[in-house]
Amino acid sequence: MIPYVIKADKLTKQFGDFVATNQISFEVSKGEIFGFLGANGAGKTTAMRMLCGLLTPTSGAATVAGFDVYKQTEQIKRNIGYMSQKFSLYEDLTVLENIRFYGGIYGLPARELKAESESLLEKLGLQEQSKKLVGSLPLGWKQKLSFSVAILHRPQVVFLDEPTGGVDPVVRRQFWDLIYDAAENGITIFVTTHYMDEAEYCNRVSIMVDGCIEALDTPGGLKTQFKAATMDEVFYQLARGAKRQAD
Amino acid sequence: MKQFIIFIRKEFKHVFRDRKTLLMLFGLPIVQIVLFGFALTNEINNSKMVVLDYARDKGSQELIAKLESSRYFEIEKNLLSDKQLEAAFREGKIKTAVIFPPNFYHDLMHTNKTQLQVIADGTDPNTATTLVNYIQTITAQYQQQVMGQTKLPYRIVPELRMLYNPELKGAYNYVPGVMALVLMLVCVMMTSISIVREKELGTMEILLVSPFKPLLVILSKAVPYLIVSLVNLAVILLLSVFALGLPVNGSVVLLVSVSTLYIITALSMGLLISTTTASQQTAMLLSLMGMLLPTMLFAGFMFPIENMPLPLQVISNIVPAKWYYIIVKRVMIKGLGFASVWKEVTILFVMTMLLLGISLKKFKIRLA
Repeated sequence: MIPYVIKADKLTKQFGDFVATNQISFEVSKGEIFGFLGANGAGKTTAMRMLCGLLTPTSGAATVAGFDVYKQTEQIKRNIGYMSQKFSLYEDLTVLENIRFYGGIYGLPARELKAESESLLEKLGLQEQSKKLVGSLPLGWKQKLSFSVAILHRPQVVFLDEPTGGVDPVVRRQFWDLIYDAAENGITIFVTTHYMDEAEYCNRVSIMVDGCIEALDTPGGLKTQFKAATMDEVFYQLARGAKRQAD
Repeated sequence: MKQFIIFIRKEFKHVFRDRKTLLMLFGLPIVQIVLFGFALTNEINNSKMVVLDYARDKGSQELIAKLESSRYFEIEKNLLSDKQLEAAFREGKIKTAVIFPPNFYHDLMHTNKTQLQVIADGTDPNTATTLVNYIQTITAQYQQQVMGQTKLPYRIVPELRMLYNPELKGAYNYVPGVMALVLMLVCVMMTSISIVREKELGTMEILLVSPFKPLLVILSKAVPYLIVSLVNLAVILLLSVFALGLPVNGSVVLLVSVSTLYIITALSMGLLISTTTASQQTAMLLSLMGMLLPTMLFAGFMFPIENMPLPLQVISNIVPAKWYYIIVKRVMIKGLGFASVWKEVTILFVMTMLLLGISLKKFKIRLA
């Protein structure tokens, strides 16, 4: 049996009468790129926050990196990386300082951190800019740096919340190269996105509507199932039935 | 612990990279002390005065000399007629005029009574009153000097003494006030802004997902501003001792400890503001309106609280600056020890605990 890195079983979160996520179940295996799709307000963020150990579920069960989301949030936090749609490095710190800071709060030893940050700068071709303030870099570089910083501590899973919002197609492509690279190194990728071409890059895709997972398969499988030519059409067919207003 | 130090180092970088804020942080107390100390003082020195002397005798000369030798007045010129007098006031340079009638000294010696006219520019009533009082006092001193030669059967001579502040220096009043104000400003505004900035940037999310404890995030935000505030405190105290000649009469240790407590009060207030706001602008406005204004109004160094209507007096009790101000005045100027300020310290301590409790609770709720 393949050990699953993320396993959710009827995971539910209720805020008063409002059921944000309703009994969602899925598994993600090691090194998989898992696309987590849904319209705004469908419950993606809530699900993601529960898996990151920021929210306690109302009912159901889930493990991330083998740790329980109810009791072992500390261990979960140590074993995941996270990058949000908002750009999340400090603009008034240099590239190197940002890397050192994030590596530092994950408790990477100084020597390892030094080696890691050097190889990271080399990989991104940022050696020359390492002493520059992050604020002066172009957005594309910032996003790539953000992602690299999020996997600096070699997490088992990295959660990407609409990571490519506002970047041009070329940089998006380069960004996905980084994602593939990470997946090949055994890091599981859990990504939300609104770009359907990006959904095609995922190994498997789930689509949430009104708090429930309505479809879960490979992009190819979904297209066959819904007799659609593109992921766009698949998404539209499902999201059209949504009752919740996007906020 | 290592992570904590890394985080604090990062916070210091934020503080030192932002030159404008840095300038404000350290420039503000200096500017305030200098402003209050030399420009906005309510003591009057070298006020311009004119003299119209119709007497030109021993008495008028002696009194003029006395007025001139006091540091309050500077005699601009001796006038010759009433007309010049009006013109001088209209120009606005002079604040007071003293007119001696003919036979000033002769009348004083022989009829035991003489008159002296004092005219003051009433457009600024406070200054005018003060100046007239000075002139009356100097005149009274001269009168005693003259009368000392003749014998009067009954005399009451009040011996005046201003306790703790014999020279009636304004600095005794505003240095503690500036301390209360600056520390409040730096701590409340800076902490609330720096926490809200992380929220705005989205870095707070990353920090919350990391294994770094949320409580430590808050603590590491507070530490740099605690240190900056203590530096400010030292600067203010040094300035007041060496530039204004205002000694610290009480225990410095007690003063610093109480100030630290007050800084923590302000820090927890900044934290409270940061938990209720989402943007840096709102945080700044709230700090300014919510903290700066009440501190200025109710601390007691600008407007005496005893003169306020009762409801305002009651409100002033919940302003931490008021208690801090009272403590600093007692310790710094009167040189009193802990025994005489324990009540105020306790009030401040309870306030701090309350604020800290509420803000930490709110911070946790927001996380959930």
